[in-house]
Amino acid sequence: MSSKNVTLPRWVDIAAIPLTNVFLAFLVAGVIVLAIGENPLNATQILVSGALGSGEGIGYTLYYTTNYIFTGLAVAFAFHAGLFNIGGEGQAYLGGLGVGLVLLAFDHSLPFAVLLPLCILASMLFGALWVLIPAYLQAYRGSHIVITTIMFNFLASALMVYLVVNVLTPVGATEPATRDFDPASAIPFVHEVLGAVGIQMDSTPLNLSILLALAACVFVWLYLWHTPWGYELRAFGHSEKAAVYAGVKTKRIILVTLCISGALAGLVGVNEIMGVQHRLILNFTAGYGFAGIAVALMGRNHPVGIVLASLLFGILSQGGAELSFEIPAITRDMTTVIQGLIILFSGALVHLTRPWFERLFAFLLQRRPAAATQGA
Amino acid sequence: MTFPASAADDRVATPGKAPLSPDVAAIELRHIEKRFGPTIANRDVSITIRRGAVTGIIGENGAGKSTLMSILYGFYQADAGEILVGGQPLDIRTTHDAIAAGIGMVHQHFVLVDTFTVLENIMLGREGGRLLRRGKAAARRELLRLEAEYGLGIDPDALVGDLPVGAQQRVEILKALYRGAEILILDEPTGVLTPQETDQLFRILATLRARGTTIILITHKLREVMAITDEVYVMRGGAIVAHRPTKETNSQELAELMVGRKVRLKLEKKPATPGAVQLEAKNLGLKDERGVACLSNINLTLRAGEIVGIAGVSGNGQSELLEVLAGIRAPSSGGFVVRDRNITPETACDPALMRELGVAHIPEDRHRLGLVTRFSAAESAMLGYQHEAGYRKGWLLDNRAIKASCDRLMEQFDVRPRIADLRSANFSGGNQQKLIIARELARHPKVLLVGQPTRGVDIGAIEFIHSQLIAHRDAGCAILVVSVELDEVMSLADRILVICGGRITGEVSAADADERELGLMMANARRGDDDAVPGMADTNMPDLKQSQATI
Amino acid sequence: MEFTAIILTLDATLRLATPLIFCAMAGLISERSGIVDIGLEGKMLAGAFAAAAVAALTSSAWAGLGAAIVVSVIMALIHGYACITQRGNQVVSGVAVNILASGLTIVVGTALFDQGGQTPSLSKESRFHALNWPGADSIKDVPVIGPLYADLLSGHNLLVYIALLAVPFTHWLVNETRFGLRLRAVGEKPEAVDTAGISVAWLRYRAVLLCGLLTGFAGAYLSTAQNAGFTRDMTAGQGFIALAAMIFGKWRPLPTLGACLLFGLLDAMAIRLQGVKMFGTIQVPVQLVQALPYILTVLLLAGFIGKAVAPKASGIPYVKER
Repeated sequence: MSSKNVTLPRWVDIAAIPLTNVFLAFLVAGVIVLAIGENPLNATQILVSGALGSGEGIGYTLYYTTNYIFTGLAVAFAFHAGLFNIGGEGQAYLGGLGVGLVLLAFDHSLPFAVLLPLCILASMLFGALWVLIPAYLQAYRGSHIVITTIMFNFLASALMVYLVVNVLTPVGATEPATRDFDPASAIPFVHEVLGAVGIQMDSTPLNLSILLALAACVFVWLYLWHTPWGYELRAFGHSEKAAVYAGVKTKRIILVTLCISGALAGLVGVNEIMGVQHRLILNFTAGYGFAGIAVALMGRNHPVGIVLASLLFGILSQGGAELSFEIPAITRDMTTVIQGLIILFSGALVHLTRPWFERLFAFLLQRRPAAATQGA
Repeated sequence: MTFPASAADDRVATPGKAPLSPDVAAIELRHIEKRFGPTIANRDVSITIRRGAVTGIIGENGAGKSTLMSILYGFYQADAGEILVGGQPLDIRTTHDAIAAGIGMVHQHFVLVDTFTVLENIMLGREGGRLLRRGKAAARRELLRLEAEYGLGIDPDALVGDLPVGAQQRVEILKALYRGAEILILDEPTGVLTPQETDQLFRILATLRARGTTIILITHKLREVMAITDEVYVMRGGAIVAHRPTKETNSQELAELMVGRKVRLKLEKKPATPGAVQLEAKNLGLKDERGVACLSNINLTLRAGEIVGIAGVSGNGQSELLEVLAGIRAPSSGGFVVRDRNITPETACDPALMRELGVAHIPEDRHRLGLVTRFSAAESAMLGYQHEAGYRKGWLLDNRAIKASCDRLMEQFDVRPRIADLRSANFSGGNQQKLIIARELARHPKVLLVGQPTRGVDIGAIEFIHSQLIAHRDAGCAILVVSVELDEVMSLADRILVICGGRITGEVSAADADERELGLMMANARRGDDDAVPGMADTNMPDLKQSQATI
Repeated sequence: MEFTAIILTLDATLRLATPLIFCAMAGLISERSGIVDIGLEGKMLAGAFAAAAVAALTSSAWAGLGAAIVVSVIMALIHGYACITQRGNQVVSGVAVNILASGLTIVVGTALFDQGGQTPSLSKESRFHALNWPGADSIKDVPVIGPLYADLLSGHNLLVYIALLAVPFTHWLVNETRFGLRLRAVGEKPEAVDTAGISVAWLRYRAVLLCGLLTGFAGAYLSTAQNAGFTRDMTAGQGFIALAAMIFGKWRPLPTLGACLLFGLLDAMAIRLQGVKMFGTIQVPVQLVQALPYILTVLLLAGFIGKAVAPKASGIPYVKER
């Protein structure tokens, strides 16, 4: 019996297939771990317990999750318009610069209630600005956004090194970083907040910006599926011609979409600079931008999926750190490998497992009608 | 039932092959079955194609004729049944096998590489060696020989992308002949040709038939079937429903067999009473990115309560005209006025503005413009109107209102299945078109621009769509209909403008319209395609103008 | 600038352009067949690592080259499988290849050598060397021709010469062979190839394999010829710069070579610009100099120098339509 006759139920599409893809990625990762001479099951156990087995672990996990949500949303948002924003790394970096500059200027003079929205705006503005040129070039000159945003990642690195080392670092400092910001300008840590109401929790970088991340999820969900502009964005992503027919201006929507995408990535700066580091340093983006691609693909470009995927990546990051303590052979780079595998299986090979499900369902359905047709 | 002797008996034996007895069919398909998922595309199809004859296979869109031919040409494999070529059973697994068996195909949408020359296109797949240089000389000789033998004059070094459509089709035919095709399948060959080019094509087919080539013609144009075929098979719903010698049937009977019921072929409508001018184009011109003029000096007036039809072979500027009037493209020169609003090259082109002015647009390309195939029907039903207050609650969209609105539209226009959440792609062509039309007519536009309203739509829906357009005309809408189907234009329009080479080359009232004359206007001043086919006297080809049916 | 300085700069140009040339030709063949390849960077990186690792273990540069080709081809096949057979998104697949390569090279490198991802520095035997053309030494002092012959033409690495030869080879392959005709056809209109009875998939796979072969050369050059070993992310974006060169060269081998040489020239001059004071007082920041290739790439892509038209079927998975 041909398996092509089978239409798969919705839950298979939404949950089963994506989960299978992720499972395959981890399977291959496990093989690689074996190949370098370690025990993957042991490694997995260390990883999970390191991430979720203690309050401290959970705190760290959720702190990483916050950043992944921002960059995942950024990539997913642009994807809905058919645009591939790979510049999350650079946009997050510049977002941090924006926050840093505001704090350097006003951390002593303005109250927190004013600083916070100011910094949020600054991070979004700088993130958007960093994608503006590639966006403009894509919209007006047809330049491939993927290559230009990757170039801008490199440029962000160079720019930030120059600025931090040569301009912003106080004379006589031992490492390239700005001065510490006023403690009153810091976003409260979650363990501080919990401590204030009597709940004991180990000190972790997890801060209230995770609420900002969740708010961003709600914003993206509302915008894409519940506003006319989100409708136009999605229409454009499916069919540019239909969008033009519907009155959408191509150039404008490319610019707006990418700028919002860049702004979302820039929010990483709020978490990192205002929430954790309390000064502007180098390389705080640490691969969040690229991970965002994997998160978006795994989460099927939907905020709910992205939160779940970000959680997984948070577990990977925190668990991975623990793992590299316990098993030095498995370094942080293994996380990069897993990211690559997830992008491969959830992105490029996304249709790989579908025929397997179709065959499975065809097989299962074959057995049932026999009972139904007896006596007919 | 005996069939009249055909010219096959006089044919020249193919050198190197023993002449086959005329009784052996060129192709025999026995009990072919093919399914795609739950859809049965071909159901127990058995056909015998006589050698040296022209056999027509007709049916509506989705009747299964294209699938059948794809099986014959090796694109698909049948689920059941067998194929016999020249009396021998043959397992056609790939196109390669089909070509080796002498089967050639001229596709509806040409599969030519625009950036290659004619010679390169013909050589593709049969280059004669690993290095091109060696094969090219031999290929050129063979090509010129074929051109002379069949009267298909084309410059081997011309770039295919620069050739006019009729010439491109000749390249397709040459490709098949170059590979030694003895059986030629033509899939909807005349959709893009003027009546004169169609005549030319048929003369070529006559020559081919005289030389013993077997021809299979797939079409839905009854007029052509009646004109050129020796026998015809009718397909409906994946099965063969009739088989007639052409001389013993007529268009009316064939139309009814295609649809399965009595079909009213001529549209009934009252004479038009044109009112106020709703849209007026003055000296409208459009240049494309290369500076080539697609439209020149277009003047037209649309009045309320009148249908103006634009007739012309596709590719002569009518698509561009619709795009300009709908606001998708800005004119390069001149302009047009809608409701006292002047649209010129300086005004930014804006479909949203046109909608505000009461201009609705049913696009030619239903799949790419008219709907978003991956949206639900409800979402597609608000395409273009997404900012309307009725769909919103404050800044956010009101999904319930959107769905309710879609349900209403589906009810009014009998769109099936009546599921607003169903993906647009899962509706049939006719139902998709009905949804789009429902959407565009729902706000009672002052001006309606329609492109190819019934392309790919089954006959039942065609009747409904035509009657809706007439009804809105009677209610005062100014309608502009662009169609490559001359019959549709002639039956719908009150006034017919003919477009050719980007210019309006003629205007007649519908009552006075004559197809021959319109055909000449459609072919006027075209870029040098009308070279007479040399040395081609008409053989025993019936006159093209005999049929009475207007469908 | 004096003559010797010019010669030395041009000399450096060739050396710096070599990985770009290999990658650009690789990308060209792939894209002419309709498969977009963003993963040139990753394949080159993986090849570089494989070459250095095997060269370090076997002390043979040639074994390293072989390993680089094998690894690049494997990654090319993964990309090919995802794009051709699975009809996946070609850009996503390329990004996956890049990230995989970036991580795997360090993971395997650490496991093998425990030096934080680097390979040990390669000894003289494990690397490719300069090839001196006959008579280079004797002509050297002849004015003009001497340095031109001895420094600019002669004395380059074997792989540099192979890269330069790759350009006419690619031109010949794409334009003069049956394979090339079909390759171009499948990138413009795969239906034309399919209806002629030729397998679209097999053609594209062969293009992808050739792409892998050439990126393998690029990687081997980086780690065993230009440098003496592999370091983390040593490709530094050159795979993307090669893509920009290919687009600028309008998918034709000779103009693409020109673009690669342009980048090489820029790189060569940049080294001279470091530390130079502009207008007497303003020192050119070293980061700006480092950023120049990336800035130029963006400028090229901005198409201020003419718009480029990609092969029509580029990036679109082929599905039999009926």
